[in-house]
Amino acid sequence: MTDPSSNSDDIIAEFVDVHRHYQMGDDLVRALNGVSMQVRRGDYLTIMGRSGSGKSTMLNLLGCLDRPTTGEYRIGGRDVSQLSDDALSDVRGTEIGFIFQSFNLIPQLTVLENLEVPLFYQGRVGAESRKKAKYLADRVGLGQRLGHRPLELSGGQQQRVAIARALMNDPLFLLADEATGNLDSNTEAEILNLFDDIRAKDGITIVMVTHNPIVAARADRALWLKDGEVEKLVENGNQAVVAGEHA
Amino acid sequence: MIRDGWRIVRLGLKSLLVHKLRSSLTTAGILFGVASVIAMLAVGEGAKREALERFRDMGVSNLIARSKRPAETQSSSEQSSWTALAYGLLYSEADLIQASIPSAVVVRIREIKRPMMRGEYFHTSIIVGTEPKFLGVTNMEVREGRWLASIDNKRLANVCVLGATLARILFPLENPMDQTVLVAGNDRYRVVGILREQGRTAGAGSTPYDECMFVPINTSRRRFGEQVTTRSGGSFSRERIELNEVKVQMPSSDDVPDGASILRDLLDENHKNQSDVVVTVPLELLRQEEESKRMFNIVLAVIASISLLVGGIGIMNVMLATVTERTREIGIRRALGAKKKHIIQQFLVEAGVLSALGGLVGVTVGIALPQLITYWFDQTTHTLPQHVLLAFGISAGVGLVFGIYPAWRAANMDPVDALRHE
Ligand SMILES: Nc1ncnc2c1ncn2[C@@H]1O[C@H](COP(=O)(O)OP(=O)(O)O)[C@@H](O)[C@H]1O
Ligand SMILES: [Mg+2]
Repeated sequence: MTDPSSNSDDIIAEFVDVHRHYQMGDDLVRALNGVSMQVRRGDYLTIMGRSGSGKSTMLNLLGCLDRPTTGEYRIGGRDVSQLSDDALSDVRGTEIGFIFQSFNLIPQLTVLENLEVPLFYQGRVGAESRKKAKYLADRVGLGQRLGHRPLELSGGQQQRVAIARALMNDPLFLLADEATGNLDSNTEAEILNLFDDIRAKDGITIVMVTHNPIVAARADRALWLKDGEVEKLVENGNQAVVAGEHA
Repeated sequence: MIRDGWRIVRLGLKSLLVHKLRSSLTTAGILFGVASVIAMLAVGEGAKREALERFRDMGVSNLIARSKRPAETQSSSEQSSWTALAYGLLYSEADLIQASIPSAVVVRIREIKRPMMRGEYFHTSIIVGTEPKFLGVTNMEVREGRWLASIDNKRLANVCVLGATLARILFPLENPMDQTVLVAGNDRYRVVGILREQGRTAGAGSTPYDECMFVPINTSRRRFGEQVTTRSGGSFSRERIELNEVKVQMPSSDDVPDGASILRDLLDENHKNQSDVVVTVPLELLRQEEESKRMFNIVLAVIASISLLVGGIGIMNVMLATVTERTREIGIRRALGAKKKHIIQQFLVEAGVLSALGGLVGVTVGIALPQLITYWFDQTTHTLPQHVLLAFGISAGVGLVFGIYPAWRAANMDPVDALRHE
């Protein structure tokens, strides 16, 4: 699965020499400074590094919430680095499933309504979306909570709903930002088990930004950033791999 | 599409219900705006109709010259009570008017106040001596029998036509047709016709025509003459009047200004010193009334618009607060695939729902309010459906207009910043 010579069809997301610079007054902050990396189908990749190393910047770019200053970002072989705002919205809506540290459910909506949000923006709300929402809610163990409001659920339950929501649009990959950062260790383990379970059954690809070595230990690979550059790519089993290996 | 629209509205309502008090207060702003627009338009329309009615009763293509007792000669008539005070319009003047305005219909009117009796029923009212043309000029109708004919005038016939009210008073139980009415004790008039109820204020002086008796003018002149003697206390006062009123009907209301100036010039010559003839031009009064009502209506509309504007600012305020509070939600929705247009749509719909709710309740209050105004202040009001639609339309428009900027702000937030927002 992690064989570098595998078929290029298996590369679902790819950075090619991506830069993201911020102008701060007279200073140019190189938040990302020439990052190349690949995400393969079925990958479980964590992005790690010290604070300020560029993890959030990278996550925003991967999630099409932001555009690189230079460089290419390919999703499913298509360069999305310079798409319009609307086109990027479509990419987010169809190809990416977001999972956030603070769950980010919409408080005034029920669980069911929250689950339907991604499909609503695709114009796909209806009997199908209800069925799917119910199926996924069952899948994460919250089939009986469809009518509840987020604040009536525990943190772990909210994150389960968020995971179900991220799966609603059958994304190419899940993009998680410290998905267990707000949870106690028991709940963290449950959520990590759920990720493993989803991966095993659905072959979903996961990219997760984290500080947490426990989380990183569950993944296949860890991409380490330092000062906006790839420091190392570590295969689970702790063999260090040279950055930019695909070139 | 419709289902999606309904979903947006339903979820918009849900978001508004998160802050029930705030939403209802904002709604109240629009409510008062809409209600006051409707109520004020209804008051304006009511006043306009009332005025129109009044002047239309007098006839918009008519000119009315009326004799008036000159005020300053009151004391001189006191001194020599046996010399008759002569004033007012003359037969010769009526002829002159007719000659000067050949296209006009000129109607002479003599009014005499007399007690009238029929059996045990008794009423003091005005006997209007006039010509057959009177009916057409005043636009009145005969309910039963016939109107006065030229032959009656020629023969000085003792016939009369009764106003509807007078007929009811003198003949409460029997049909007045062909019966006789006794005037001032010894003069008998045969009833040849009864007029349809007019329900107008226009009449002989302050007496509505409904309450008058109509006789041929020549009969009136022969029976009652031109001298009137009134006894008040111990003294008599004597007056000499040929005609109390001359109605001049122009072919159309377009001819009224010309006719009015001819009539005024003509009468001014004879009545310059004594102000004993008053010319009334209903059309002029109507125009004046319309002019002043227009100003009145503009003032009302401005006041009402200001209250709607205030309501609109309230909506903008609340929507700006909502957008700020829900920055995170906007970021989430953007991450889940919402385009800018979806965000704009969402907040515009919320603003629209807010103002439409206010508008709906406002319409209800606005329809009820004029009735209360009529009840409490005895002010005629009239609510037009198009005014209600207008007010509701404005309220919805206000919601959209004042919702645009907050929605635009929401849509143009950077998704990354919005997601980071606490
Ligand atoms: N919007 C921004 N404007 C200016 N500088 C930024 C912005 N976002 C991030 N940075 C800078 O880019 C660098 C990388 O930041 P970030 O990606 O948030 O790192 P991490 O998530 O690993 O802590 C930091 O030096 C940060 O100050
Ligand atoms: Mg960060």
